[in-house]
Amino acid sequence: MSISCATGKRTVSDPEVGLPSATGIWDSAHWAEREVFDQYGIRFNGHPDLRRILNHWQFQGHPLRKDYPIRNGQVCLETDSMEKEIRARLHVKGYDDDTISDINTEIMFLNLGPSHPATHGAIRILTALDGETILANVNEIGYLHRGFEKTAETLTYNQVIPLTDRLNYCSALMNNIAYVKAIEKWLGIEVTDRTQFMRVILSEFFRVQDHLVCIAANLVDMGGLTNYWYLYNEKEASYDFISRLTGARLTSTFTRIGGMYRDFHEGWEAELETQIQAIERGVSDSLKLILKNRIVHDRTQGVCILPKDVALAYGYTGPCLRASGVPFDLRKDAPYYHYDLFDFEVPIGSVGDIYDRIMIRFEEIFQSISIIRQAMKMIPDGPIFVDNPLVVLPPKDKVYNNIEGLANHFKLIFEGVHVPAGEWYDSFEAANGELGFYCVSDGSGRPYKIKVRPPCFYIMGGFHEMVEGAMVADAVINLGSLNIIGGELDR
Amino acid sequence: MALGLEAQLGDSVFTTRLDEAINWGRQYSLWPMVFGTACCAIEFMSTAASQHDISRYGAEVVRFSPRQADLILVCGTISYKQAPILKRIYEQMPEPKWVISMGACASSGGMYENYCTVQGIDTIIPVDVYISGCPPRPEAVLDALMKIQEQIKGETLLKDRHKDFRGILD
Ligand code: SF4
Repeated sequence: MSISCATGKRTVSDPEVGLPSATGIWDSAHWAEREVFDQYGIRFNGHPDLRRILNHWQFQGHPLRKDYPIRNGQVCLETDSMEKEIRARLHVKGYDDDTISDINTEIMFLNLGPSHPATHGAIRILTALDGETILANVNEIGYLHRGFEKTAETLTYNQVIPLTDRLNYCSALMNNIAYVKAIEKWLGIEVTDRTQFMRVILSEFFRVQDHLVCIAANLVDMGGLTNYWYLYNEKEASYDFISRLTGARLTSTFTRIGGMYRDFHEGWEAELETQIQAIERGVSDSLKLILKNRIVHDRTQGVCILPKDVALAYGYTGPCLRASGVPFDLRKDAPYYHYDLFDFEVPIGSVGDIYDRIMIRFEEIFQSISIIRQAMKMIPDGPIFVDNPLVVLPPKDKVYNNIEGLANHFKLIFEGVHVPAGEWYDSFEAANGELGFYCVSDGSGRPYKIKVRPPCFYIMGGFHEMVEGAMVADAVINLGSLNIIGGELDR
Repeated sequence: MALGLEAQLGDSVFTTRLDEAINWGRQYSLWPMVFGTACCAIEFMSTAASQHDISRYGAEVVRFSPRQADLILVCGTISYKQAPILKRIYEQMPEPKWVISMGACASSGGMYENYCTVQGIDTIIPVDVYISGCPPRPEAVLDALMKIQEQIKGETLLKDRHKDFRGILD
């Protein structure tokens, strides 16, 4: 058994003996190692709190091992109390039993979630409170663990695409693109120019959608329901364009290895232009409501600050990292799909508070719209699929009229696209940050292993650093400003 | 033409059966508790937003407290880890209560036939209406709501509908 990461690889001879923990070096290792322990049963010596993270505490065995039967579900009868963890965290924060009796009040333990309007999904935020101030916080995730990685091993590479829709379901098409980009990289396929531009236009359009939902929901948490109507109406209107293009509103499954499901329909430019104008209008209306709004300022400025170094230590990427002042964006730093041709800015925050996280998303909406407009001017005509019968299904008239076409079709459908043996990593700037796929292929048409590197997982891993010392009400809007999406958090 | 007592009282008084009067009230003022866990919850957001406007059916008072709700909409995948929470929330809702299972995942596990996903919430709590789709369109959610209203119309106060239900967590 071996574990790997993008830069180094260690072989584990005995999972029980395990490996030394990296928690002393990177804070992000806290959750990452718990995940490896949970899924594979590999120990990490020196990890302060090595326990399950995605599966429930009553679960037996390690599902990502090849000998674990995929359908072997295990019932959870009761939720973990987590009392031990929150008490341990209180001690880490310096609240031992003496201080607790000193502050002359009893510490109250309060759960936000797993079913709570503030959590926008299912996350459990357990806080220890002195009055309304959060002294310590521990979080529990995994409530939406749906077994993406194990399920993917049973499917052909193209069949995995619908599963990727459901990672970050607010921007499903972006995940489709990120996934096929990773597979194409190892296959050594350069997709056609038209497809590259299509992917840019659609990525940016879905980045806008994702930010719209995030900001709308975040402002609702703050009590600004009007913004929800302004922002969500535009998202709803965009579904007309999206469903005409992909056939679905939310779960689009629009890419294929080597191309796209289909080309843009006739008249798409005018439709898209109307759509983005409407979005600009909605966003400007909403900005008018909040830019000079005292309540918004008081509740967000200087609240739940995340310093640069902490953000980096926890493996933050995307808007949340940039809000803390780190100018890292894969579209600029490791450009793909001609991103180097476009003229756009990467907005950076100066404080790293909730305000910065919200405002960066607003600005990114305008930048994405500008990229869409540039790409619409530049997109060339031409085929959307690469010319490679080992990867792309033959056209239907060949399948029906010609035995070679028929055989080719069958082979690709039943066996899948054969991907050369090896392991590789590829990443993509998704709406929430770096969405990466670490894949291992044994040369067959189905992945041997796929590990998703979701942006949210690491972002949530640093949540306690922002809210300890803040008020309960701040924790609620802070969570909204991070845009934690259960589908990619828990996979 | 009114007969008997009604004829005597004219237009000022209206007689009906208790069941009917109460059911009429219940039908048009459902308070939903949205148990949104995954992608389907995003389509519920659309159902609640302006274009589809769930308030046309009197069900816009979305409550996240089960104690104030009489309709639970389970929108999204339920994992085994989530199951005890769903059951607890359901039990906290006062009678009478109704359950809508939205989408393939909640209804049957959907595309996740694996070690972590409950294969249909009806193994945990009783379900009144199922909605197909992955995710269902907002229109389908409204349709399910109307089916619940239709069902409420024919119910009687005297029957405890879920007394005999036993799920995998019971
Ligand atoms: S039914 Fe489909 S859309 Fe709904 S929660 Fe399941 S995967 Fe998501």
